Amino acid sequence: MARIIVVTSGKGGVGKTTSSAAISMGLALRGHKTAIIDFDVGLRNLDLIMGCERRVVYDLVNVINGEATLNQALIKDKRCENLFILPASQTRDKDALSIEGVGKILEDLAKDYEYIVCDSPAGIERGATLAMYFADDAFVVTNPEVSSVRDSDRMLGILSSKSRRAENGEEPIKEYLLLTRYNPERVELGEMLSVEDVQEILSLQLLGIVPESKSILTASNSGMPVILDEESDAGQAYSDIVARYLGEDKPQRFIKKEKKGLLQKLFGGKS
Amino acid sequence: MSGASQPKTALEFKSTSLTVPALLLASNDLATIEENLREKIAQGAGFFQDSPVLIDVHRANALELEVDVAGLVSLLRKLALVPISLRGGTEAQNSAALAQGLFLRAAAPSTRKPSPASRAPEVVVEAAVEAVVEENADIRRDIAPTAANKVITQPVRSGQRVYSHGDLTVTATVSAGAEIMAEGNIHVYGSLRGRALAGVQGDSSCRIFCMDLQAELLSIAGIYQLRDDIPKERQYKPAQISLADQMLVIKEL
Repeated sequence: MARIIVVTSGKGGVGKTTSSAAISMGLALRGHKTAIIDFDVGLRNLDLIMGCERRVVYDLVNVINGEATLNQALIKDKRCENLFILPASQTRDKDALSIEGVGKILEDLAKDYEYIVCDSPAGIERGATLAMYFADDAFVVTNPEVSSVRDSDRMLGILSSKSRRAENGEEPIKEYLLLTRYNPERVELGEMLSVEDVQEILSLQLLGIVPESKSILTASNSGMPVILDEESDAGQAYSDIVARYLGEDKPQRFIKKEKKGLLQKLFGGKS
Repeated sequence: MSGASQPKTALEFKSTSLTVPALLLASNDLATIEENLREKIAQGAGFFQDSPVLIDVHRANALELEVDVAGLVSLLRKLALVPISLRGGTEAQNSAALAQGLFLRAAAPSTRKPSPASRAPEVVVEAAVEAVVEENADIRRDIAPTAANKVITQPVRSGQRVYSHGDLTVTATVSAGAEIMAEGNIHVYGSLRGRALAGVQGDSSCRIFCMDLQAELLSIAGIYQLRDDIPKERQYKPAQISLADQMLVIKEL
């Protein structure tokens, strides 16, 4: 039986797609058959971040409408054979989605896959609510910034009331905090909310902190999930996150400013 | 007529709503009614001064009491109340009401069961409050109101609304953007960052208690205060809020 994960936030541009791509690649690299679905109908970009935009034939809406089978639409990742991508439609909009259609797709995927990652669009409208409706776990992506925190809080309220688990009175969705674009220097200066500040408002289990990093832009430009950039801080953060999710005990890194060693001070730090 | 420009259209009709207390009668004895009313008015601290009132005679009629509508209306006016309408009346009572200048609503008969006639039937004054409460439009208040107290143990998230027919207790935080409402008192054993409305059916004796006052809005029986107007020295600390003389009083807890 598959575990359905929704990567959501409420606020836009906080790192949902970046995180979905990195985490699903991480799970797949560890040997788990993983599918990742883009729910942002009309504004799809998961295919760009995954680097498969030139291989999209059929999409989520085609499958819902019966115009294609799931197997025809799923795109196998070239770097990892355990990872499959179901892109969103670019030509239609979210009205093309239906609960029954999405439910059927997840049911079919659950037979063969261990993890299904649903990349939610921003907002609290249909695309977002359908992405989270069937979820077992929720990664709430938040920037350490007031509007992102409030929007995440709103999304948590929706997760606890409008999900299938909530409606059926089942065990609630397991919520995790994913704090992205964290800059320890600015936190120390008092310019940015700290992890504690965010947790005071959200009170969630901290899955991980992803530091602000130039490697993110480089990765998306090359259509590569950033977890594959093993040298980068962001890539390593996502690696830790996947490990933590799977039950390993990894201490939180990237909370404090890294102290530069003598050599680094002489020859410049890494990006 | 001067050449000053007057708008061609002198007026327009717009839909509006008015909050009116309903006076539920369970007696036809004007003396007892007067006594009870004077008591209520004294307790009401100005709430009833010149207040429009809707007279509800369902209960009295169910008890088969003869209501002297004209006498009642004069009595109410004497006590500085403004009776505007009659509900649940017989044809005769309705005509009498019309004769007194009241208007008749085609109000749906209330779903309250008539209470058994006690030895000294009391005048029950019920204040109806408009749609702060979107959920339950027909709140029932029997003679002995059974308070359905609610206890919330999970954080109340932004955008969520909680309503209690009795008291409301929250043993977690109330986020900014959340709304908690109670017909009774509100207790928050955590940070209160959202809106808290107590006594939403008009009970001005209700209070709000919290361990960390950061509320966006506080309200008791409709009298409200915004975060901006809450004194800084009361914020971020345990606080107790009550209503006195139509004003919110915030004290340390």
